[in-house]
Amino acid sequence: METFDLEAQGLRNLNAALQSQTKETNQTAWEIVNAKGSHAIAVGLDAPIEVTVRGSTGYYCGGMNKQATIHVKGSAGPGVAENMMSGTVIIDGDASQYAGATANGGTLVIKGNASSRCGISMKGVDIIVHGNVGHMSAFMGQSGNLVVCGDAGDALGDSLYEARLFVRGKVKSLGADCIEKEMRPEHLEILKDLLERGESDAKPEEFKRYGSARKLYNFDIDNAY
Amino acid sequence: MKDESKGAPRTVPIQSATFSNPTNAEIRRAAATGIYDIRGGGSKRKLPHFDDLLFLGASISRYPLEGYREKCDTKVVLGTRFAKKPIELDIPVTIAGMSFGALSGPAKEALGRGASMAGTSTTTGDGGMTEEERGHSSKLVYQVLPSRYGMNPDDLRRCDAIEVVVGQGAKPGGGGMLLGQKISDRVAEMRNLPKGIDQRSACRHPDWTGPDDLEIKIMELREITAWEKPIYVKIGGTRPYFDTMLAIKAGADVVVLDGMQGGTAATQDVFIEHVGQPIIACIGEAVRALQDMDLHREVQLIVSGGIRGGADVAKALAMGADAVAIGTAAMIALGDNDPRWEPEYNALGTTAGAYDDWHEGRDPAGITTQDPELMKRFDPIAGGRHLNNFLKVMTLEAQTIARACGHNHLHNLEPEDLVSLTMEAAAMTKIPLAGTNWYPGKPGTTY
Repeated sequence: METFDLEAQGLRNLNAALQSQTKETNQTAWEIVNAKGSHAIAVGLDAPIEVTVRGSTGYYCGGMNKQATIHVKGSAGPGVAENMMSGTVIIDGDASQYAGATANGGTLVIKGNASSRCGISMKGVDIIVHGNVGHMSAFMGQSGNLVVCGDAGDALGDSLYEARLFVRGKVKSLGADCIEKEMRPEHLEILKDLLERGESDAKPEEFKRYGSARKLYNFDIDNAY
Repeated sequence: MKDESKGAPRTVPIQSATFSNPTNAEIRRAAATGIYDIRGGGSKRKLPHFDDLLFLGASISRYPLEGYREKCDTKVVLGTRFAKKPIELDIPVTIAGMSFGALSGPAKEALGRGASMAGTSTTTGDGGMTEEERGHSSKLVYQVLPSRYGMNPDDLRRCDAIEVVVGQGAKPGGGGMLLGQKISDRVAEMRNLPKGIDQRSACRHPDWTGPDDLEIKIMELREITAWEKPIYVKIGGTRPYFDTMLAIKAGADVVVLDGMQGGTAATQDVFIEHVGQPIIACIGEAVRALQDMDLHREVQLIVSGGIRGGADVAKALAMGADAVAIGTAAMIALGDNDPRWEPEYNALGTTAGAYDDWHEGRDPAGITTQDPELMKRFDPIAGGRHLNNFLKVMTLEAQTIARACGHNHLHNLEPEDLVSLTMEAAAMTKIPLAGTNWYPGKPGTTY
């Protein structure tokens, strides 16, 4: 285990060290201490390493991650795992706005609540939130899965493309073109796998599925507000 | 009874300037269809522009340089503020961002070829980076746009500079739409969306909302790319003083400022013609912001929106810009709107020079299309050669003017080399009206 004191050694040195790891590295386990809400911790990684962050993080922790597993033992600021390509990011606490924004792949697990716009413009990532999500979550979600074990705020899935949304609790309101859809056996299988990967003990049968009505797919003046 | 009025002069029919034929035609079109007009390009109306400025040239008080022999440097370095690897261009004319999707792959390749031959940069667009343009562009600027279509860290690391796009001159405050007819398998795959559906590009970024957030976003991009790449921030010409200042505060190495004559692939005509400001009204304000922050020339300014030739380049630089970007002019150099395709433009209900329905994907010149048959008409090698020629001519023209004004570098052009031809231009640019030492609003003067 490599231990890195962020306060003493600085962000640039941290990211340079993590970004220089290759898939053959022996330094596969890293611990970051004194994170103290710093921004851009462990961004742009591209190696199968495990990074544990002790404490909470600021903006964009794990941004554009590839391959790495990043575990935040605290809460995460805005844009955690933004544009992630692959790998896993786990947040033990809550996540602020835009969690998993535009992420193309990988898995984002939030064990607390996520704020507004969770999964905005998601492009293939799987996001599992143990608690609630705020308003406008999965706005313009293109693909991937958003699992919400708690409740969802206003305008869930507004202007949704092909992302799948699973919510166990209440949905305050659905956004434009987002509708409830039939939960078929294949969706229960997908959800079972997502919940296992997200370390949630919720039962797939307790969820409802939401998706795009696909009425906004081609411009129609009658759909303009 | 004799008809007295027979053969007498009559009132000639007078068309209304307010309800002109084009205006009436648009009313009839809207009434028939119930939908607003969508088109490409920039503002088509007559606006105050670089034509409203003139150079004075040398005189007894200014010493000219010999037109062909004496050196007049054209190099520009961009990104000197924070980037470890600033980019050096041979000429101060760059190619503006235009997306793969809006343009064909061969057209993007041609832009890369032409720009590289001329020693300058080209820019990606909404839709990500293609191998054609990376492979053929010696210096490639990678745009970070609200949609983040095709955005990935590998391309971020293999670009030469990063441009965070906040707005563009044709539609400041607006997003974009690539209509389904241009969404081929390849375009759809790059954007991670189903084939054939309209693809909305959001009007604001998904993971930051204001200048304080933007500062952190730029820091993240720098951390991902080891602080090597110059970071540009592109803004539309709306509030150039404050937006330039905020972009600089957020950490920009370069500010890109786009006026309302700048083109877009597609948006509403009402947006193009009625939102934003002409570029000459914006440059002075952006330069004032740079000067007020004591960062003029340390943070570079690239301006765009209706740049058509070397005179426009020289005027923009004299007003304080470090470089310009061209989009529409580059497309015309490639062959867009060429009269050789006139019968086909006619078949589309338009004429060469006026064709702007690029979003429909039926471009006779094969440039703004994803149709395999139309794309075959466009030769990227010839297109690149033509663009290089055009860039060369622009540079020679700008050098000619700079030498006549006594400057041995294009960057030595200054506002004192210019006069305004109109009151409007003088008021907008604070460059004195020709024959006077006055402009409207000059401190200590009245009119």
